[in-house]
Amino acid sequence: MPDPIAIPDDVKIDREVDARGSFCPGPLMELIRVVRAAPVGSVLAVLSSDPGSAKDIPAWIQKAGHDFLGAYAMEGYIRFVVRKTH
Amino acid sequence: MARATPRPTIAIVGGGVGGTVLANLLARELDKDEAQIVLIDQSGQHIYQPGWLYIPFNGQDPQHLERPERSLLRHRIDFEVGVVEQLDREKQSLLITGHAGSGSNEALRYNYLVIASGARIAPEEVPGLPEALADGRHVHHFYTEEGAERLRQALHDFRGGRIAVAIGGIPYKCPPAPLEFTFMLEEYLRKRGLRERTKITYYSPLPRAFSIQSVSDLATPLLEERGIETRTFFNVAEIDDRRHLMRSLEGEEDAYDLLVIVPPHRGALIAERSGLADAQGWLPTDRATLEVKGQERIFALGDVTDLPVSKSGAAAHFEASVVAERLIAAIRERTVNPREGCYDGRVMCFMETGYSQATRIEFDYEHPPVPPKPGWLYHVEKSLFSKAYWYLVPPARV
Repeated sequence: MPDPIAIPDDVKIDREVDARGSFCPGPLMELIRVVRAAPVGSVLAVLSSDPGSAKDIPAWIQKAGHDFLGAYAMEGYIRFVVRKTH
Repeated sequence: MARATPRPTIAIVGGGVGGTVLANLLARELDKDEAQIVLIDQSGQHIYQPGWLYIPFNGQDPQHLERPERSLLRHRIDFEVGVVEQLDREKQSLLITGHAGSGSNEALRYNYLVIASGARIAPEEVPGLPEALADGRHVHHFYTEEGAERLRQALHDFRGGRIAVAIGGIPYKCPPAPLEFTFMLEEYLRKRGLRERTKITYYSPLPRAFSIQSVSDLATPLLEERGIETRTFFNVAEIDDRRHLMRSLEGEEDAYDLLVIVPPHRGALIAERSGLADAQGWLPTDRATLEVKGQERIFALGDVTDLPVSKSGAAAHFEASVVAERLIAAIRERTVNPREGCYDGRVMCFMETGYSQATRIEFDYEHPPVPPKPGWLYHVEKSLFSKAYWYLVPPARV
């Protein structure tokens, strides 16, 4: 796990979902859930301790056409941040 | 009329797995003098929902999936059939309407409240889905008894074409269910001699067949062997039933002759009316204590929570014993036993893979599942469990 990285000050997270330890439905499902429900323009974050998320989550964000704002390594988990664009 | 009792009242909303197990655990442990236990359920009937999956394939008599809730509760539990219309957190009071036989309104004062009211399906969240379901010719689901019965008829009448199995919203109850349905559908069509004339496509919302990598690794070769196409990253966003098309959140579209869709789900109405729920009606719940966040003396368990665990009877069952320990500790003014009073994310379920085979999925927050190779024994175990359910689970014998 890389060293912790701080989220830039100009990124304000509207909603964060803690999916650490979630195997089923899993962090990506949790992210899709909040993206579906959030207003366009929202900045959303999901916390994941699943190593598979590093590939899955950016891939889905790209496929769905939202803005991937970054993956921030914390202690034992990663915070993925996305802006809903449509 | 408001009731006042000298002993504390524990009000439990919802007579599903979680509410029923919790009520019976409390009634077993607490003396009558220690607490009044009231369970309120809107239908009065307890339903074994996992059985709906088998109805479309003529594998389940719906009559065996239902029993009166009262018959499953210990005598000392006060049971009321009614709809909780309002929650007044300041007065610690519930407004209940539609009592059987009276139709009157009643305020129930509580000292502790447990919301175990479950999830409901919300087809209106996918444009075109309510109309397609009402039309009833090409789009179906198995998330209610009536829906599963209509799907059984549709499959009975099916003579070949494209069948799509897709997911219309996240989260939904029993995450493996659409995959199980797909495997069982393939077997059903083969036995009826329709397999060669049918293209089956499973649409996964994720980059693989199932969210859990190990389960996905097990399911993918089975899907391939059986000629079932898998399309990934497809979250249904819209249905155009006139043209037999569905569009995805990811901007793609595909055609079907028969679409079996997992409808979107929301938390039960009482959760939304409580003012405590998020935009989808789920209650923000502490992942260990199961307290509704920011609320003293209010707990949530089962499908109505926003926890990142499967919406399943098993999760509700395990959560019930956690809430029971916390309530008993509070009433007896002792400290909570952290081993029994903290939910560890435990879930256990069986997953059918068709041809009388199944596997077993068990995990918690710390331990990912390691599903064994599908076998006949797990299928038999699942089948036996569904029969033994009434004797084991609601009375909290396991």
